[in-house]
Amino acid sequence: MIEAKNLTKKFGNQLVFQDLNFQINQGEFVSLIGPNGSGKTTLIKILMGLEKKTSGTLDFNKKETIGYVPQFRNIDLDYPLSIEQFIRLNLKFTPSFTKRKSNNQKICDILEKTGLTSLKDRPLGLSSGGEKQKAYLAQALLNDPQILILDESTASLDVEVKMQLMDLVAELSHKYHLTVIFITHDYELTKKYTQRVLLFQNKTIKNVNLNNISENMFGKEQ
Amino acid sequence: MFDYEFMRQAFVASTFIAITAGLVGVFVVSRNMSFLSHTLSEIGFAGASFGILIGISPLAGMIIFTLISSIAVGSLSSESSRREASISAISSLFIGLGILFLSLSSESSSYATNILFGSIVGISSKEVQQLLILAIFVIFIFIIFYKPLAFDSFDHIGAQAAGLKTRLLSITFLVTLALSVSIGAQIVGSLLVFVLLTLPGATAKYLVHTLPKLIMVSVGLSLAGVWLGLYLAFVTNWPVTFFISAFEVIAYFCGLSYKNWKLNH
Repeated sequence: MIEAKNLTKKFGNQLVFQDLNFQINQGEFVSLIGPNGSGKTTLIKILMGLEKKTSGTLDFNKKETIGYVPQFRNIDLDYPLSIEQFIRLNLKFTPSFTKRKSNNQKICDILEKTGLTSLKDRPLGLSSGGEKQKAYLAQALLNDPQILILDESTASLDVEVKMQLMDLVAELSHKYHLTVIFITHDYELTKKYTQRVLLFQNKTIKNVNLNNISENMFGKEQ
Repeated sequence: MFDYEFMRQAFVASTFIAITAGLVGVFVVSRNMSFLSHTLSEIGFAGASFGILIGISPLAGMIIFTLISSIAVGSLSSESSRREASISAISSLFIGLGILFLSLSSESSSYATNILFGSIVGISSKEVQQLLILAIFVIFIFIIFYKPLAFDSFDHIGAQAAGLKTRLLSITFLVTLALSVSIGAQIVGSLLVFVLLTLPGATAKYLVHTLPKLIMVSVGLSLAGVWLGLYLAFVTNWPVTFFISAFEVIAYFCGLSYKNWKLNH
Protein backbone atom coordinates (compact mmCIF):
# COMPACT_ATOMS: atom_id res chain seq x y z
CA MET A 1 0.00 0.00 0.00
CA ILE A 2 1.14 3.52 -0.81
CA GLU A 3 0.05 6.21 1.63
CA ALA A 4 0.63 9.97 1.54
CA LYS A 5 -0.02 12.15 4.58
CA ASN A 6 0.19 15.95 4.31
CA LEU A 7 2.76 15.58 1.57
CA THR A 8 4.09 18.96 0.41
CA LYS A 9 6.66 19.88 -2.23
CA LYS A 10 8.22 23.26 -2.98
CA PHE A 11 10.97 24.19 -5.43
CA GLY A 12 12.56 27.13 -3.61
CA ASN A 13 9.61 29.40 -2.81
CA GLN A 14 7.45 27.93 -5.53
CA LEU A 15 4.79 25.59 -4.20
CA VAL A 16 4.17 22.53 -6.39
CA PHE A 17 1.55 20.90 -4.17
CA GLN A 18 0.60 20.87 -0.51
CA ASP A 19 -1.02 18.53 2.00
CA LEU A 20 -1.60 15.60 -0.32
CA ASN A 21 -3.47 12.81 1.45
CA PHE A 22 -4.24 9.60 -0.40
CA GLN A 23 -3.91 5.82 -0.35
CA ILE A 24 -3.33 3.35 -3.13
CA ASN A 25 -3.93 -0.30 -2.26
CA GLN A 26 -1.90 -3.27 -3.49
CA GLY A 27 -3.24 -4.49 -6.84
CA GLU A 28 -5.20 -1.29 -7.59
CA PHE A 29 -5.15 0.30 -11.06
CA VAL A 30 -5.27 4.05 -10.45
CA SER A 31 -5.17 6.98 -12.86
CA LEU A 32 -3.29 10.11 -11.86
CA ILE A 33 -4.72 13.03 -13.81
CA GLY A 34 -4.52 16.81 -13.93
CA PRO A 35 -3.16 19.65 -16.05
CA ASN A 36 0.48 19.79 -17.20
CA GLY A 37 2.68 21.24 -14.49
CA SER A 38 0.29 20.27 -11.70
CA GLY A 39 2.88 18.04 -9.99
CA LYS A 40 2.10 14.52 -11.23
CA THR A 41 5.64 13.71 -12.33
CA THR A 42 7.12 15.40 -9.24
CA LEU A 43 4.96 13.17 -7.03
CA ILE A 44 6.19 10.10 -8.91
CA LYS A 45 9.81 11.24 -8.58
CA ILE A 46 9.35 11.57 -4.81
CA LEU A 47 7.85 8.07 -4.72
CA MET A 48 10.86 6.73 -6.61
CA GLY A 49 13.36 8.55 -4.40
CA LEU A 50 14.58 10.79 -7.25
CA GLU A 51 13.24 13.97 -5.65
CA LYS A 52 13.03 15.03 -1.99
CA LYS A 53 9.73 15.98 -0.37
CA THR A 54 9.52 19.26 1.52
CA SER A 55 7.30 17.95 4.33
CA GLY A 56 4.76 15.24 5.18
CA THR A 57 5.14 11.53 4.50
CA LEU A 58 4.89 9.21 1.52
CA ASP A 59 5.15 5.62 2.69
CA PHE A 60 5.11 2.25 1.04
CA ASN A 61 6.56 -1.12 1.94
CA LYS A 62 10.26 -0.70 1.18
CA LYS A 63 10.46 -4.36 0.18
CA GLU A 64 8.26 -3.51 -2.78
CA THR A 65 10.05 -2.41 -5.93
CA ILE A 66 8.89 0.04 -8.57
CA GLY A 67 8.93 -0.38 -12.34
CA TYR A 68 8.74 2.92 -14.20
CA VAL A 69 7.85 3.51 -17.85
CA PRO A 70 8.83 7.14 -18.58
CA GLN A 71 7.14 9.51 -20.98
CA PHE A 72 10.22 10.28 -23.10
CA ARG A 73 13.30 8.32 -24.06
CA ASN A 74 16.13 9.22 -26.38
CA ILE A 75 15.71 6.37 -28.84
CA ASP A 76 16.35 7.57 -32.40
CA LEU A 77 16.51 5.65 -35.70
CA ASP A 78 20.21 4.89 -35.20
CA TYR A 79 19.77 3.46 -31.69
CA PRO A 80 21.78 0.26 -32.04
CA LEU A 81 20.53 -2.22 -29.43
CA SER A 82 17.97 -4.88 -30.26
CA ILE A 83 14.75 -5.11 -28.25
CA GLU A 84 16.13 -8.01 -26.20
CA GLN A 85 19.40 -6.21 -25.49
CA PHE A 86 17.51 -3.09 -24.43
CA ILE A 87 15.43 -5.08 -21.94
CA ARG A 88 18.57 -6.89 -20.75
CA LEU A 89 20.12 -3.56 -19.63
CA ASN A 90 17.98 -3.75 -16.48
CA LEU A 91 19.44 -7.13 -15.42
CA LYS A 92 21.70 -7.02 -12.40
CA PHE A 93 25.24 -8.30 -12.93
CA THR A 94 25.98 -11.72 -11.52
CA PRO A 95 29.14 -13.80 -11.84
CA SER A 96 27.21 -16.97 -10.87
CA PHE A 97 26.51 -19.31 -13.79
CA THR A 98 23.21 -20.58 -12.34
CA LYS A 99 21.98 -17.04 -11.76
CA ARG A 100 22.99 -16.09 -15.29
CA LYS A 101 20.94 -19.01 -16.55
CA SER A 102 17.95 -17.88 -14.51
CA ASN A 103 18.48 -14.33 -15.84
CA ASN A 104 18.24 -15.68 -19.39
CA GLN A 105 15.03 -17.44 -18.42
CA LYS A 106 13.75 -14.16 -16.98
CA ILE A 107 14.37 -12.46 -20.33
CA CYS A 108 12.55 -15.24 -22.21
CA ASP A 109 9.61 -15.00 -19.81
CA ILE A 110 9.23 -11.22 -20.06
CA LEU A 111 9.53 -11.34 -23.87
CA GLU A 112 6.73 -13.88 -23.93
CA LYS A 113 4.53 -12.02 -21.43
CA THR A 114 4.77 -8.83 -23.48
CA GLY A 115 4.43 -10.55 -26.86
CA LEU A 116 7.90 -9.52 -28.02
CA THR A 117 9.51 -12.95 -28.53
CA SER A 118 9.36 -12.84 -32.32
CA LEU A 119 10.66 -9.25 -32.37
CA LYS A 120 13.52 -9.67 -29.90
CA ASP A 121 16.33 -9.25 -32.45
CA ARG A 122 14.85 -6.16 -34.12
CA PRO A 123 16.83 -2.93 -33.48
CA LEU A 124 14.77 -0.86 -31.04
CA GLY A 125 15.44 2.30 -33.09
CA LEU A 126 13.68 0.77 -36.08
CA SER A 127 10.68 -0.51 -34.11
CA SER A 128 7.22 1.05 -34.20
CA GLY A 129 5.91 3.28 -31.40
CA GLY A 130 3.84 0.44 -29.96
CA GLU A 131 6.73 -2.03 -30.02
CA LYS A 132 8.97 0.52 -28.31
CA GLN A 133 6.40 1.06 -25.55
CA LYS A 134 6.10 -2.70 -25.06
CA ALA A 135 9.91 -2.93 -24.80
CA TYR A 136 9.93 -0.13 -22.20
CA LEU A 137 7.19 -1.95 -20.31
CA ALA A 138 9.09 -5.25 -20.49
CA GLN A 139 12.26 -3.60 -19.18
CA ALA A 140 10.33 -2.01 -16.30
CA LEU A 141 8.72 -5.35 -15.40
CA LEU A 142 11.93 -7.40 -15.69
CA ASN A 143 12.75 -7.47 -11.98
CA ASP A 144 9.18 -8.33 -10.90
CA PRO A 145 8.18 -4.99 -9.35
CA GLN A 146 5.06 -4.77 -7.18
CA ILE A 147 4.30 -1.23 -8.35
CA LEU A 148 4.20 -0.16 -12.02
CA ILE A 149 4.14 3.51 -13.02
CA LEU A 150 3.15 4.47 -16.56
CA ASP A 151 4.05 8.11 -17.19
CA GLU A 152 1.90 9.14 -20.19
CA SER A 153 3.17 6.04 -21.96
CA THR A 154 0.30 5.96 -24.42
CA ALA A 155 0.52 9.64 -25.42
CA SER A 156 2.09 9.21 -28.86
CA LEU A 157 0.29 6.01 -29.92
CA ASP A 158 -2.70 5.56 -32.19
CA VAL A 159 -5.95 4.33 -30.68
CA GLU A 160 -5.59 0.67 -31.60
CA VAL A 161 -2.04 0.39 -30.28
CA LYS A 162 -3.01 2.27 -27.09
CA MET A 163 -5.74 -0.29 -26.45
CA GLN A 164 -3.38 -3.22 -27.09
CA LEU A 165 -0.82 -1.84 -24.66
CA MET A 166 -3.41 -1.10 -21.98
CA ASP A 167 -5.01 -4.56 -22.43
CA LEU A 168 -1.58 -6.03 -21.78
CA VAL A 169 -0.99 -3.86 -18.68
CA ALA A 170 -4.46 -4.71 -17.34
CA GLU A 171 -3.88 -8.42 -17.90
CA LEU A 172 -0.48 -8.37 -16.18
CA SER A 173 -1.82 -6.26 -13.32
CA HIS A 174 -4.66 -8.72 -12.74
CA LYS A 175 -2.47 -11.83 -13.07
CA TYR A 176 0.37 -10.65 -10.81
CA HIS A 177 -1.60 -8.42 -8.43
CA LEU A 178 0.43 -5.45 -9.64
CA THR A 179 -0.34 -1.93 -8.42
CA VAL A 180 -0.53 0.35 -11.46
CA ILE A 181 -0.31 4.15 -11.36
CA PHE A 182 -1.25 5.48 -14.78
CA ILE A 183 -0.43 9.16 -15.42
CA THR A 184 -2.57 10.24 -18.33
CA HIS A 185 -4.56 12.91 -20.17
CA ASP A 186 -6.72 10.25 -21.83
CA TYR A 187 -10.34 10.24 -20.70
CA GLU A 188 -11.34 7.11 -22.64
CA LEU A 189 -8.47 4.97 -21.37
CA THR A 190 -9.09 6.08 -17.80
CA LYS A 191 -12.78 5.18 -18.07
CA LYS A 192 -12.05 1.82 -19.61
CA TYR A 193 -9.10 0.53 -17.62
CA THR A 194 -8.73 2.15 -14.22
CA GLN A 195 -10.58 1.57 -10.98
CA ARG A 196 -10.11 4.96 -9.39
CA VAL A 197 -8.87 8.45 -10.22
CA LEU A 198 -6.58 10.76 -8.28
CA LEU A 199 -7.06 14.29 -9.61
CA PHE A 200 -4.50 17.07 -9.15
CA GLN A 201 -6.37 20.34 -8.73
CA ASN A 202 -5.46 23.64 -7.06
CA LYS A 203 -2.12 22.33 -5.73
CA THR A 204 -3.70 19.37 -4.01
CA ILE A 205 -5.09 15.94 -4.84
CA LYS A 206 -8.68 14.69 -4.83
CA ASN A 207 -10.10 11.18 -4.90
CA VAL A 208 -12.64 11.05 -7.69
CA ASN A 209 -15.07 8.23 -8.29
CA LEU A 210 -14.87 6.87 -11.82
CA ASN A 211 -18.55 7.70 -12.38
CA ASN A 212 -17.93 11.36 -11.61
CA ILE A 213 -15.03 12.06 -13.95
CA SER A 214 -15.48 14.42 -16.89
CA GLU A 215 -13.30 15.22 -19.90
CA ASN A 216 -12.47 18.73 -18.68
CA MET A 217 -10.59 17.22 -15.72
CA PHE A 218 -7.96 15.99 -18.20
CA GLY A 219 -6.96 19.53 -19.33
CA LYS A 220 -3.47 19.75 -20.79
CA GLU A 221 -2.60 23.32 -19.83
CA GLN A 222 -2.82 24.86 -16.44
CA MET B 1 59.26 -3.86 -40.11
CA PHE B 2 59.56 -5.52 -36.70
CA ASP B 3 63.33 -5.53 -37.04
CA TYR B 4 63.22 -1.95 -35.81
CA GLU B 5 62.89 -1.36 -32.09
CA PHE B 6 60.75 1.79 -32.58
CA MET B 7 58.29 -0.12 -34.76
CA ARG B 8 57.91 -2.86 -32.15
CA GLN B 9 57.28 -0.19 -29.48
CA ALA B 10 54.79 1.62 -31.72
CA PHE B 11 53.01 -1.63 -32.52
CA VAL B 12 52.55 -2.63 -28.87
CA ALA B 13 51.48 0.90 -27.89
CA SER B 14 49.04 1.16 -30.82
CA THR B 15 47.46 -2.18 -30.02
CA PHE B 16 46.62 -1.11 -26.48
CA ILE B 17 45.54 2.35 -27.64
CA ALA B 18 43.18 0.75 -30.18
CA ILE B 19 41.66 -1.67 -27.67
CA THR B 20 41.04 1.12 -25.16
CA ALA B 21 39.70 3.57 -27.75
CA GLY B 22 37.48 0.95 -29.40
CA LEU B 23 35.98 -0.04 -26.05
CA VAL B 24 35.49 3.50 -24.73
CA GLY B 25 34.27 4.67 -28.16
CA VAL B 26 31.11 2.51 -28.01
CA PHE B 27 30.12 4.39 -24.87
CA VAL B 28 31.24 7.81 -26.21
CA VAL B 29 28.86 7.35 -29.14
CA SER B 30 25.95 6.02 -27.08
CA ARG B 31 26.31 8.90 -24.60
CA ASN B 32 26.46 11.45 -27.48
CA MET B 33 29.85 12.69 -26.31
CA SER B 34 31.69 12.81 -29.65
CA PHE B 35 32.01 16.58 -29.41
CA LEU B 36 33.28 16.38 -25.84
CA SER B 37 35.94 13.83 -26.81
CA HIS B 38 37.10 16.25 -29.53
CA THR B 39 37.34 19.05 -26.96
CA LEU B 40 39.20 16.84 -24.52
CA SER B 41 41.79 16.11 -27.18
CA GLU B 42 42.37 19.87 -27.58
CA ILE B 43 42.59 20.23 -23.83
CA GLY B 44 45.10 17.37 -23.97
CA PHE B 45 47.22 19.42 -26.36
CA ALA B 46 47.30 22.29 -23.86
CA GLY B 47 48.16 19.79 -21.10
CA ALA B 48 51.03 18.30 -23.06
CA SER B 49 52.41 21.78 -23.83
CA PHE B 50 52.09 22.67 -20.16
CA GLY B 51 53.99 19.48 -19.26
CA ILE B 52 56.83 20.50 -21.58
CA LEU B 53 56.85 24.05 -20.17
CA ILE B 54 57.18 23.00 -16.53
CA GLY B 55 59.50 20.10 -17.26
CA ILE B 56 57.24 17.08 -16.64
CA SER B 57 56.34 14.56 -19.34
CA PRO B 58 53.75 15.62 -21.97
CA LEU B 59 51.70 12.52 -21.05
CA ALA B 60 51.54 13.56 -17.38
CA GLY B 61 50.54 17.12 -18.38
CA MET B 62 47.85 15.71 -20.65
CA ILE B 63 46.44 13.44 -17.94
CA ILE B 64 46.29 16.30 -15.41
CA PHE B 65 44.52 18.68 -17.81
CA THR B 66 42.08 16.19 -19.28
CA LEU B 67 41.14 14.70 -15.91
CA ILE B 68 40.40 18.06 -14.30
CA SER B 69 38.54 19.40 -17.31
CA SER B 70 36.52 16.22 -17.92
CA ILE B 71 35.13 16.40 -14.41
CA ALA B 72 34.50 20.16 -14.77
CA VAL B 73 32.79 19.72 -18.17
CA GLY B 74 30.75 16.81 -16.80
CA SER B 75 29.31 19.01 -14.10
CA LEU B 76 28.35 21.79 -16.55
CA SER B 77 24.73 22.54 -17.30
CA SER B 78 22.90 19.44 -18.48
CA GLU B 79 20.92 21.51 -20.99
CA SER B 80 22.46 20.35 -24.23
CA SER B 81 22.57 23.63 -26.21
CA ARG B 82 24.19 25.50 -23.32
CA ARG B 83 26.54 22.59 -22.75
CA GLU B 84 27.66 22.55 -26.39
CA ALA B 85 28.29 26.31 -26.31
CA SER B 86 30.24 26.03 -23.05
CA ILE B 87 32.35 23.20 -24.45
CA SER B 88 33.14 25.27 -27.58
CA ALA B 89 34.25 28.18 -25.40
CA ILE B 90 36.46 25.93 -23.26
CA SER B 91 37.90 24.29 -26.36
CA SER B 92 39.00 27.64 -27.88
CA LEU B 93 40.58 28.74 -24.62
CA PHE B 94 42.64 25.55 -24.33
CA ILE B 95 43.95 25.65 -27.90
CA GLY B 96 45.10 29.21 -27.16
CA LEU B 97 46.71 28.09 -23.91
CA GLY B 98 48.46 25.19 -25.67
CA ILE B 99 50.02 27.58 -28.18
CA LEU B 100 51.04 29.97 -25.38
CA PHE B 101 52.69 27.21 -23.30
CA LEU B 102 54.60 25.96 -26.33
CA SER B 103 55.85 29.43 -27.26
CA LEU B 104 56.99 30.02 -23.67
CA SER B 105 58.89 26.72 -23.55
CA SER B 106 62.25 26.20 -25.23
CA GLU B 107 61.23 23.11 -27.19
CA SER B 108 61.37 23.09 -30.98
CA SER B 109 58.31 23.25 -33.18
CA SER B 110 58.74 19.57 -34.17
CA TYR B 111 57.75 18.70 -30.60
CA ALA B 112 54.50 20.59 -31.10
CA THR B 113 53.91 18.77 -34.37
CA ASN B 114 54.37 15.43 -32.60
CA ILE B 115 51.81 16.33 -29.93
CA LEU B 116 49.28 17.62 -32.43
CA PHE B 117 49.60 15.04 -35.17
CA GLY B 118 51.18 12.04 -33.45
CA SER B 119 54.30 10.11 -34.29
CA ILE B 120 55.45 6.52 -34.40
CA VAL B 121 59.11 7.25 -33.92
CA GLY B 122 58.90 9.24 -30.72
CA ILE B 123 57.73 6.49 -28.34
CA SER B 124 60.26 5.19 -25.80
CA SER B 125 59.99 1.86 -23.97
CA LYS B 126 59.27 3.75 -20.74
CA GLU B 127 56.38 5.57 -22.39
CA VAL B 128 55.06 2.27 -23.74
CA GLN B 129 55.06 0.90 -20.19
CA GLN B 130 53.14 3.96 -18.96
CA LEU B 131 50.62 3.54 -21.77
CA LEU B 132 50.12 -0.13 -20.95
CA ILE B 133 49.46 0.59 -17.28
CA LEU B 134 46.96 3.33 -18.15
CA ALA B 135 45.23 1.19 -20.79
CA ILE B 136 44.92 -1.77 -18.40
CA PHE B 137 43.54 0.58 -15.74
CA VAL B 138 40.87 1.89 -18.16
CA ILE B 139 39.90 -1.65 -19.23
CA PHE B 140 39.75 -2.72 -15.56
CA ILE B 141 37.39 0.17 -14.70
CA PHE B 142 35.16 -0.86 -17.60
CA ILE B 143 35.03 -4.46 -16.43
CA ILE B 144 34.06 -3.37 -12.90
CA PHE B 145 31.37 -0.89 -14.01
CA TYR B 146 30.31 -2.68 -17.19
CA LYS B 147 26.64 -3.41 -16.34
CA PRO B 148 25.63 -0.09 -14.74
CA LEU B 149 27.69 1.93 -17.23
CA ALA B 150 26.03 0.14 -20.14
CA PHE B 151 22.58 0.77 -18.65
CA ASP B 152 23.31 4.47 -18.07
CA SER B 153 24.91 4.92 -21.51
CA PHE B 154 22.23 3.17 -23.57
CA ASP B 155 19.20 4.17 -21.51
CA HIS B 156 19.95 7.05 -19.16
CA ILE B 157 16.30 7.58 -18.19
CA GLY B 158 15.78 3.87 -17.50
CA ALA B 159 18.96 3.77 -15.40
CA GLN B 160 17.77 6.72 -13.33
CA ALA B 161 14.39 5.06 -12.86
CA ALA B 162 16.12 1.84 -11.76
CA GLY B 163 17.87 3.82 -9.02
CA LEU B 164 21.43 3.72 -10.41
CA LYS B 165 23.83 6.42 -9.25
CA THR B 166 24.01 8.02 -12.69
CA ARG B 167 26.06 11.05 -11.64
CA LEU B 168 28.81 8.85 -10.21
CA LEU B 169 28.71 6.73 -13.36
CA SER B 170 29.01 9.83 -15.51
CA ILE B 171 32.11 11.03 -13.64
CA THR B 172 33.64 7.53 -13.78
CA PHE B 173 33.09 7.47 -17.52
CA LEU B 174 34.57 10.96 -18.01
CA VAL B 175 37.69 9.96 -16.07
CA THR B 176 38.20 6.91 -18.33
CA LEU B 177 37.53 9.10 -21.37
CA ALA B 178 40.16 11.60 -20.22
CA LEU B 179 42.69 8.80 -19.75
CA SER B 180 41.81 7.30 -23.14
CA VAL B 181 42.37 10.67 -24.84
CA SER B 182 45.77 10.97 -23.16
CA ILE B 183 46.73 7.43 -24.16
CA GLY B 184 45.49 7.67 -27.74
CA ALA B 185 47.11 11.03 -28.44
CA GLN B 186 50.55 9.46 -28.11
CA ILE B 187 50.25 7.78 -31.51
CA VAL B 188 47.54 9.56 -33.47
CA GLY B 189 48.14 12.98 -31.94
CA SER B 190 45.81 15.13 -29.90
CA LEU B 191 44.12 16.66 -32.96
CA LEU B 192 42.91 13.33 -34.29
CA VAL B 193 42.59 11.11 -31.23
CA PHE B 194 38.84 11.62 -31.33
CA VAL B 195 38.84 9.74 -34.65
CA LEU B 196 39.66 6.54 -32.76
CA LEU B 197 37.33 7.45 -29.92
CA THR B 198 34.25 8.03 -32.05
CA LEU B 199 34.35 6.53 -35.55
CA PRO B 200 34.82 2.78 -34.79
CA GLY B 201 32.01 2.97 -32.20
CA ALA B 202 29.78 4.92 -34.61
CA THR B 203 30.47 2.43 -37.44
CA ALA B 204 29.75 -0.56 -35.20
CA LYS B 205 26.25 0.65 -34.40
CA TYR B 206 25.31 0.42 -38.09
CA LEU B 207 26.47 -3.19 -38.29
CA VAL B 208 25.50 -5.08 -35.11
CA HIS B 209 22.83 -4.88 -32.42
CA THR B 210 24.12 -6.42 -29.20
CA LEU B 211 26.45 -4.77 -26.73
CA PRO B 212 29.20 -7.46 -26.79
CA LYS B 213 29.19 -7.38 -30.60
CA LEU B 214 29.28 -3.56 -30.65
CA ILE B 215 32.40 -3.66 -28.48
CA MET B 216 34.02 -6.41 -30.56
CA VAL B 217 33.38 -4.66 -33.89
CA SER B 218 34.50 -1.29 -32.54
CA VAL B 219 37.73 -2.71 -31.07
CA GLY B 220 38.27 -4.71 -34.29
CA LEU B 221 37.90 -1.63 -36.52
CA SER B 222 40.12 0.37 -34.22
CA LEU B 223 42.82 -2.34 -34.29
CA ALA B 224 42.56 -2.73 -38.06
CA GLY B 225 42.95 1.05 -38.44
CA VAL B 226 46.07 1.40 -36.31
CA TRP B 227 47.77 -1.77 -37.60
CA LEU B 228 47.13 -0.88 -41.23
CA GLY B 229 48.14 2.72 -40.50
CA LEU B 230 51.43 1.65 -38.91
CA TYR B 231 52.26 -0.68 -41.80
CA LEU B 232 51.44 1.86 -44.50
CA ALA B 233 53.26 4.64 -42.64
CA PHE B 234 56.33 2.40 -42.44
CA VAL B 235 56.18 1.54 -46.13
CA THR B 236 55.40 4.99 -47.52
CA ASN B 237 56.92 7.24 -44.85
CA TRP B 238 53.65 9.20 -44.82
CA PRO B 239 52.08 10.21 -41.47
CA VAL B 240 50.42 7.33 -39.60
CA THR B 241 47.53 9.59 -38.58
CA PHE B 242 46.52 10.09 -42.21
CA PHE B 243 46.14 6.35 -42.82
CA ILE B 244 44.30 5.72 -39.55
CA SER B 245 41.79 8.53 -40.09
CA ALA B 246 41.32 7.61 -43.78
CA PHE B 247 40.62 3.97 -42.86
CA GLU B 248 38.17 4.84 -40.08
CA VAL B 249 36.32 7.41 -42.21
CA ILE B 250 35.98 4.92 -45.11
CA ALA B 251 34.79 2.21 -42.69
CA TYR B 252 32.24 4.66 -41.23
CA PHE B 253 30.72 5.54 -44.61
CA CYS B 254 30.69 1.85 -45.62
CA GLY B 255 28.81 1.09 -42.38
CA LEU B 256 26.33 3.90 -43.03
CA SER B 257 25.77 2.75 -46.63
CA TYR B 258 25.28 -0.84 -45.41
CA LYS B 259 22.61 0.30 -42.97
CA ASN B 260 20.81 2.34 -45.63
CA TRP B 261 21.00 -0.58 -48.07
CA LYS B 262 19.59 -2.93 -45.43
CA LEU B 263 16.74 -0.53 -44.68
CA ASN B 264 15.74 -0.48 -48.35
CA HIS B 265 15.88 -4.26 -48.84
